[in-house]
Amino acid sequence: MTSAIPLRLYVNGDRYEIAVEPRRTLADALREDCGLTGTHLGCEHGVCGACTVLVDGQPVRSCLMFAVQAEDSSVRTVEGLAPDEERLHPVQQAFWENHGLQCGFCTPGFLVLVAGYLEEHPDAEEAELREVLSSNLCRCTGYQNILTATMCAARAMRGEELP
Amino acid sequence: MTGTEPPTWTGRALPRLEDPAIVRGWGRYVGDIAARDQGCLHARFVRSGVAAGRLVSVTAPPGITLFTAADLAGVKPIRAVLNRPDFVAVDTPILAEDMVRFVGEPVGLVIAASEAAAEDALELVDIEIEPLPAVVSAEQALAPGAPLVHAVAYPGDPNTVVDGRIHTEGFDAAFARADRIVEIQVSSARQSAMPLEARAAHVAYDRAGGRSTLHVTTQMPHVIRTGIADALGLREDDLRVVAPDVGGGFGAKMALAREDVALVWASRRLRRSIAWLETREENFLAAWHSREQVYDIAGAFAADGELLALRGDLVCDVGAYSCYPVTWGVEPLMAMAELPGAYRVREYSVRSRAIATNKCPIAPYRGVSRPVQVLAMERLFDVAAAELGLDRVAIRERNLIVEFPHRSPSGLVLDQASHLETLRAATELADLDDFRDRQERARAQGRYLGLGIACFAERTGYGTPAFAARSRPIRLGREPAPLITPGYERVVLTMDPSGALTLRIGASPHGQGLRTTLAQLVCDELGLAPDAVRVIASDTDATPYGWGSFASRAMVIAGGAALLAARELAARLRVLAADRLGGLPGDIELTGGRAVRAGDETGVSLATLARDTYLNAHLIPDKGEPALEAVGLYDPSGTFANACHVAEVEVDPLTGRVSVTRFLVAEDAGRLINPAIVDGQIHGGVAQGVANALYEELIYDERGVLVTTSLMDYLPPTIAELPGIEIVHLDTRSPESITGAKGVGEGGTIGAPAAIANAVSDALAPFGLGVFHLPATPHRVRTAVRTGTDVRRTEKGTAP
Repeated sequence: MTSAIPLRLYVNGDRYEIAVEPRRTLADALREDCGLTGTHLGCEHGVCGACTVLVDGQPVRSCLMFAVQAEDSSVRTVEGLAPDEERLHPVQQAFWENHGLQCGFCTPGFLVLVAGYLEEHPDAEEAELREVLSSNLCRCTGYQNILTATMCAARAMRGEELP
Repeated sequence: MTGTEPPTWTGRALPRLEDPAIVRGWGRYVGDIAARDQGCLHARFVRSGVAAGRLVSVTAPPGITLFTAADLAGVKPIRAVLNRPDFVAVDTPILAEDMVRFVGEPVGLVIAASEAAAEDALELVDIEIEPLPAVVSAEQALAPGAPLVHAVAYPGDPNTVVDGRIHTEGFDAAFARADRIVEIQVSSARQSAMPLEARAAHVAYDRAGGRSTLHVTTQMPHVIRTGIADALGLREDDLRVVAPDVGGGFGAKMALAREDVALVWASRRLRRSIAWLETREENFLAAWHSREQVYDIAGAFAADGELLALRGDLVCDVGAYSCYPVTWGVEPLMAMAELPGAYRVREYSVRSRAIATNKCPIAPYRGVSRPVQVLAMERLFDVAAAELGLDRVAIRERNLIVEFPHRSPSGLVLDQASHLETLRAATELADLDDFRDRQERARAQGRYLGLGIACFAERTGYGTPAFAARSRPIRLGREPAPLITPGYERVVLTMDPSGALTLRIGASPHGQGLRTTLAQLVCDELGLAPDAVRVIASDTDATPYGWGSFASRAMVIAGGAALLAARELAARLRVLAADRLGGLPGDIELTGGRAVRAGDETGVSLATLARDTYLNAHLIPDKGEPALEAVGLYDPSGTFANACHVAEVEVDPLTGRVSVTRFLVAEDAGRLINPAIVDGQIHGGVAQGVANALYEELIYDERGVLVTTSLMDYLPPTIAELPGIEIVHLDTRSPESITGAKGVGEGGTIGAPAAIANAVSDALAPFGLGVFHLPATPHRVRTAVRTGTDVRRTEKGTAP
């Protein structure tokens, strides 16, 4: 065991001055040191994707990244998707309206994954989005409503009318 | 509400009340409680790496806090029993004592200041075990002279812990007069329910009151409290059990974990809070398995396809211990009682066994035995149709139960169902003629398409009478151990002085949206909107005793209890309103948050009635109580949902890859309280059924070591492996469910494996091959094509 070292993280626009062991994962630092428990841990070996966060806009498995690797990077978690406490992000809204979640444990990972992708690729079509969604595991929904929600979110983010 | 909207909240695809918090990341799962408790200690379990052996010692260097069985002297073992002569009862020690019986069995508990420190400490623990011969398959366990998993007396064969039999009077004669006997063996590999959230617990100790509070990932908090209190000799009130948001259960979180008992004990011993977050590897090793079953069945058919008699020899490999509360009889006893399913089986001879092995114990997993039961029946009908030269839809139509009530040969009463109607709805939508054309054209191009059908009846919403029937009646003073007989649900519905409702339930949701659906049911009775109803669940301090959520029961039983309570409260409000407004209670309508007298606009708000009931008690007529509260109790004998699944697949004979290209579900779960939630249950169930059919498998090696301990080895499907699912709903009502809902949680998982096995067999028909073992992995399918042999279970255990 080594001693903790100071670390500065920027998460959802806020600055966090924390001290972590070098072996601490980004996921654990977010959850335990920053108190942002919306990021979930489903497997801790990089398969399930529940811990997906955006680091400088790119989706990463926060269970496979050390916290110290995120120093001075901009991290975005599920708590940072909604613009404020009154409104939801279009992806959150679409998951809610389309019953895109059941137990909700995988949901933060999917929301961050989809929000990150659609913000960079607003014109993505179904086949491409299915490919993106195959990054993460859900055990409850069979993915059908996750796909529907993702398609609705894409339309909403393009400013299109929903059918 | 506008005039165009339906008149009730029930029946609407209302977005869930649970979701706004969850999508913001404000869910509260056990791990989140642990993450926010900076002062708590952290636990890791020391586990056996040996399948069978004598535990010599578990030791750690000085400075490491390690508890072993010796420390837990005085803690009672877990004992999950049924009162049957064929049932072998064994103890599950909280930590292994002198013997270890499966790889992953907890032998010690390490406590440290942080999770990382606990993991460091775990690596320094030394375990000495003298290995003994292990039995790692049912065949090995049943062999003469086999090593015994438990050194206890067995009434029959070695390691046989349940041995149930039914033999109807006319069976032998019916079997003898058959035109054709069709015999098949079907089997399923071991599987994991694999909730995305592994197990977790956080136990706090209140020094002032001497009370423990356990937050835990469970489907049945009240039952877990009873189990832990029994083991530790606590008053139940000394322990509060809370299931906060739970990240999926599927049955795997409805068993009492030894780990939870040990953690509560350690927390009370150290007088500190302790958190335990199971790793995914531990979850595979030790958090309950299921479905490792082999059925030899024989159907005695008349030439016209009528099934005259059914014989079965059903063997379930149940692992090393009996799970609490449903016992290690849960798979074989369900299989024995329900094998005939949706079909008329007049004569029946069945033997159904639970065999103990040196593997992880089983617990229920969505559908329990039914996926294998349906696999057996549906493969039987397809094989029989081929042998008798009959159409496979016609042979099903000939044998499906169409007259109700129907009494099955095991004594179950099917009160009503729509078997024929669901079969017709699914096959019409599938357009079999069009499929045959496409199949022929594809074959001409060297592509192999297949279509498979599966019909089933799913027993749902069964209360105390059904569970009691698994045991013989208890004679007072004669019970071998405390029996546990689940079943009823109670709710307490309260209107507070502001007119808001709280519904406290004994059921315990973990993703089913019960807070929404129960609110829909209740608010319709009271003329309120769903957001006026707060459902409180999963906390033993705040809810009435109940059995939790499992077995497709919550909407039927907790829903029924909620409806009864809502009707009682509505009746009381009508009395209060009639007294105030004049007229009779029967003339009062509750609507839009008001009590209104029929025929005119005179009314009073429910909030006013509520406020005066509590705060101006002298206004209450007839000395009624100054409270607005109703208790609902519902304990039905159970009903049956039913469905027909149709799968279309394409098989690549070179690689063995199976693609599910279309999946249809014609489902009759009665009244749909929230259609979106019902469809969601079906989608998720079918996904787990596809997983059972094609991908997921727990594999032990010949020494009893589990080799599939990560998500790189155990393969739950992603969206890329799953088809879109088309659903048709039928609605047949049952008098056994006052809400009209019949339970829908398990059906998707029950029908899909059989439909896919039949579809892959249909695709492989040009090769003369069929699928009789699941999962039909690419390796198995490719090997079948290359060797010209059916996809079957290999003899030695579960490895391919």
